[in-house]
Amino acid sequence: MKSRLPLLVLLAGVILVGVTLVPPHNSGPTDIVGFGRLPTLVNGRLKPLDTVARTSLLVLQGRQRVSDPAISKPFVDSPAEWLLDMLFVPAKADTYPVFRIDSPDLMTLMGLTEDDTKIGYDSTAKRIMAAVGFLPSHRARFSIQQLAPKLGELDRQSKLADSVEAPLRTSFQRAVIQLRDNIILYQRLQSSLVAPGVDNYLEQVLNLPKSLPDGLAAVTAQREGKPHDTAASKLLLDLSHSFATMEAEGYLLPIPPESGMEQTAHWRSAGSSLSESLTSGRVNPAVMAYVGLGLSWRGQQAESFNSIVHVYREQLERQIPALLRKCDVEAGFNSSQPFYTSMTIYVVAFLIGVFSWLKWHDTLGRSAFWLTVLAWVLATVGIGIRMWLEARPPVTNLYSSALFVGWGAVALCLVLEAVYKNAIGSVAAGLVGFATLLIAHHLSLTGDTLEMMRAVLDSNFWLATHVVTVTIGYSATYLAGFLALIYIVRGVFTKSLDKATADALARMVYGIVCFATLFSFVGTVLGGIWADQSWGRFWGWDPKENGALIIVVWNAIILHARWGGMVKQRGLMSLAVFGNIVTSWSWFGTNMLGVGLHSYGFTDAAFMGLIGFVASQLAFIALASLPLEKWRSFRPAV
Amino acid sequence: MAAFFRSLRDLLVSLKLTVVLLVLGMILVFVATIDQVHLGVWAVQQKYFRSFIVYAQIGGFSVPMFPGGYLIGGVYFLNLIAGHIYRFKLGWRKSGILLTHAGFILLLVGELLSGLWQEDFQLRLSPGETKNYSESSRAIELAFVNTTDPKFDEVVAIPEGLLAKEGSVQNPKLPFRVVIKHYYTNSMVQMRTAAPAAAPAEATAGFGAQLAVIPLAPTYKEDERNLPSVLVELLGPDGSLGTWLASMHLVAPQEIAVAGQTWKIALRSKRAYKPFSLTLVKFSHDRYPGTEIPKNFSSKIHITTPDGRDDRDVLIYMNNPLRYQGLTFYQAGFENNDRTTILQVVRNPSWQLPYIACAVMTLGLLIQFGIHLVGFVGKRRNLSSATA
Repeated sequence: MKSRLPLLVLLAGVILVGVTLVPPHNSGPTDIVGFGRLPTLVNGRLKPLDTVARTSLLVLQGRQRVSDPAISKPFVDSPAEWLLDMLFVPAKADTYPVFRIDSPDLMTLMGLTEDDTKIGYDSTAKRIMAAVGFLPSHRARFSIQQLAPKLGELDRQSKLADSVEAPLRTSFQRAVIQLRDNIILYQRLQSSLVAPGVDNYLEQVLNLPKSLPDGLAAVTAQREGKPHDTAASKLLLDLSHSFATMEAEGYLLPIPPESGMEQTAHWRSAGSSLSESLTSGRVNPAVMAYVGLGLSWRGQQAESFNSIVHVYREQLERQIPALLRKCDVEAGFNSSQPFYTSMTIYVVAFLIGVFSWLKWHDTLGRSAFWLTVLAWVLATVGIGIRMWLEARPPVTNLYSSALFVGWGAVALCLVLEAVYKNAIGSVAAGLVGFATLLIAHHLSLTGDTLEMMRAVLDSNFWLATHVVTVTIGYSATYLAGFLALIYIVRGVFTKSLDKATADALARMVYGIVCFATLFSFVGTVLGGIWADQSWGRFWGWDPKENGALIIVVWNAIILHARWGGMVKQRGLMSLAVFGNIVTSWSWFGTNMLGVGLHSYGFTDAAFMGLIGFVASQLAFIALASLPLEKWRSFRPAV
Repeated sequence: MAAFFRSLRDLLVSLKLTVVLLVLGMILVFVATIDQVHLGVWAVQQKYFRSFIVYAQIGGFSVPMFPGGYLIGGVYFLNLIAGHIYRFKLGWRKSGILLTHAGFILLLVGELLSGLWQEDFQLRLSPGETKNYSESSRAIELAFVNTTDPKFDEVVAIPEGLLAKEGSVQNPKLPFRVVIKHYYTNSMVQMRTAAPAAAPAEATAGFGAQLAVIPLAPTYKEDERNLPSVLVELLGPDGSLGTWLASMHLVAPQEIAVAGQTWKIALRSKRAYKPFSLTLVKFSHDRYPGTEIPKNFSSKIHITTPDGRDDRDVLIYMNNPLRYQGLTFYQAGFENNDRTTILQVVRNPSWQLPYIACAVMTLGLLIQFGIHLVGFVGKRRNLSSATA
């Protein structure tokens, strides 16, 4: 039985993964899943509506579920259903709490009082849980209806904040601007397919193919001062006004041209396509499809909704089958959330690995190893799918760098574990894998993580060489640091760090530091060569370049200090832990400076996170500096 | 005494010194990176890396705070060379380390040389415009242009360094002596009517008489540049030709007629003339559909040389510069509603050094760590066969 345990654990893991891969099904009769797989152009990329729904929710409120803590059932069953309400039943969507507000000052500004934020749980058990902190006691998400009375004041405050340079803004000003931007995104999303504040808009557009010729004739006659049907001309002029608003405001570009759909540059917003119809006299069938979807969603007519989805898809299928496949895969990828599953498995592997140091060394060690392999394979597949969707090398932005740093570090861990078989590799893999995926999750809150590459970075060759190598350098430097953490924690707090394990850990850290030096150096140099090729200087002292350089120098310092006999095992470990700080600063800190060619936007929470991490690493270094007799593992037996 | 030299030698060749220098270097890079927020990247390079000592301004005094890039790099260079000579042993086990450090020395030398030699200019072209010179984005010059002969211009330019000294300049080509009265590194120019409180005009001729110059503190921001002004008196053989104001704020040059010649005076970006001309055929700026995200910038440029050997079109775009006659032209930016292109023009005679250095270092590291790895694997194998 015991010898079969690793196999059983792996099997359980595989089943868990298998469950997540099952395609999502509709909870009701309406084919919301099919709707979510329809393509639209947003931010220069053709993507399924499902992705738009999920990324919008993440940007607005930091999660994909739309619910209120006091109500056990969520408002909608899926992000795509939320999007349907947003697009076609805005009055209903406006009651969903999808704006996350953390700043207390901003809550006050928006007129939210204790009555709005306090959660009144209906069951006593929940109230007790809330009192001890297991359940939230205050709301952080609010509906646009709740915010509406103070939108004018928000606008005024955000204009005040706009005039301050971005790096100098206070956290209140940043929160104000973020909420303002979120509200704009929300309103633009709502203006995508239905003109805001117009009665019977969908019905009017539905009749447009019939009413258009008469309306156009009436308008022409009116212009020429001839007698005309005033009602018809007014209707058309009002509609043209609505179309212009939608063209200016609409967020989605879901309307493909009737022929040549594969050219994404010709995809339009509904407003723009309809404005064109006013001169051409023809209404794009895709516009009519979305009008039909809207009317049947409002009327809860599942049958007609489903048949419109079906017919519209068939029409797309004739011209862009390959792009539709991509959208389907992306929607499936969204719902299976491989990185989330992978993160969970890493945690389990970590725990099993740690437990193996106490009992059943071999059996649990092998179980942890195979779970790590499973999580890593899953992450590999996830990264692979992203690469295929984007047709890019693995690292294209900060989010994907987090995925890849974890992937690389875990790969190294698997090699270590295969050689040493002492569960240290699995435990380190669990730690790094979990931590990097958690970071990636937080980075995904800024929007769609599959972005179009800016012109400067648009070079698959350099993305594949420089960026990948430098990121592996990050992975290795982190791994050395995390191995050192294991050494310190086991040595100081437990008796499990015997001489053999300590020596093995020291060799691992040394080997990984060598590896890190090589990769971070080669990666940095390749970056220099790229810079020389594109900007005419090998080295420009740009913050990100300096960050990479500091990692190389730090690794070189570790190696020289060891070769020169300046540090022994404990010193090596402290230096390796400091490597975590150095790498974090290069990876994120340099981006927070807001200068240079590599700077991207950043949030307060990330800055606080970085400070916290640095402090924790310094604490570990202090711990490592305790005299040996304080270390439980090294204390002479009494 | 011998003991002193021995300890000095031991210090110079020691790995401890190496580690100390690496740590100092790391701190220097870190602080310089942080300081970029305030100073901008160019000023930071001058202050931290292209200097021997980093000074801080405390209460108006320059206080030496930290060794600069040249000092750390220089001592490191000595440490590296001395250490290798002292411990030199030939053998393939040492070849990795030797190669790595040799490559590193080459890298340092390359960075030093490019700091000293590299020239960095910009070229702005509007559609159809032809230029045979590029302009510095930072350095300026006071140019006197003799336009008497309609077939060609003759240019005498006084570089910024001389202007800042506020001395006097005499050149055989110039029919007058130039006395620099005031030089303002950064300035603002206003009409006198708009600035009644300004000091009385020193300029007596040209536009300057109606203008007031207000000195400003120099700026280091990346998106701003200093706009200098200069007051010069021109002294001809028969006495003064007046005091003139030249400024980067004045777009049109001012004219002066001396001894039957027509001269134009202008303070302008320093120019580097080329033996060929470039014409912008078209600049394109593509965006991803439905967004403002740039997809590509490209400039179609026509090259001509006076001897007629070159007369062709080239396309310069992101990550694809034009290398021509020892210069490299990069797509750097655009302005004027996507019509005008800005090309970066770089001359760096030592541009190959980093490439060689890096190849040598990478090889060295591979050998060094390869030896470690082979040794380690061998040891593990012996271990496992011993236990088996």
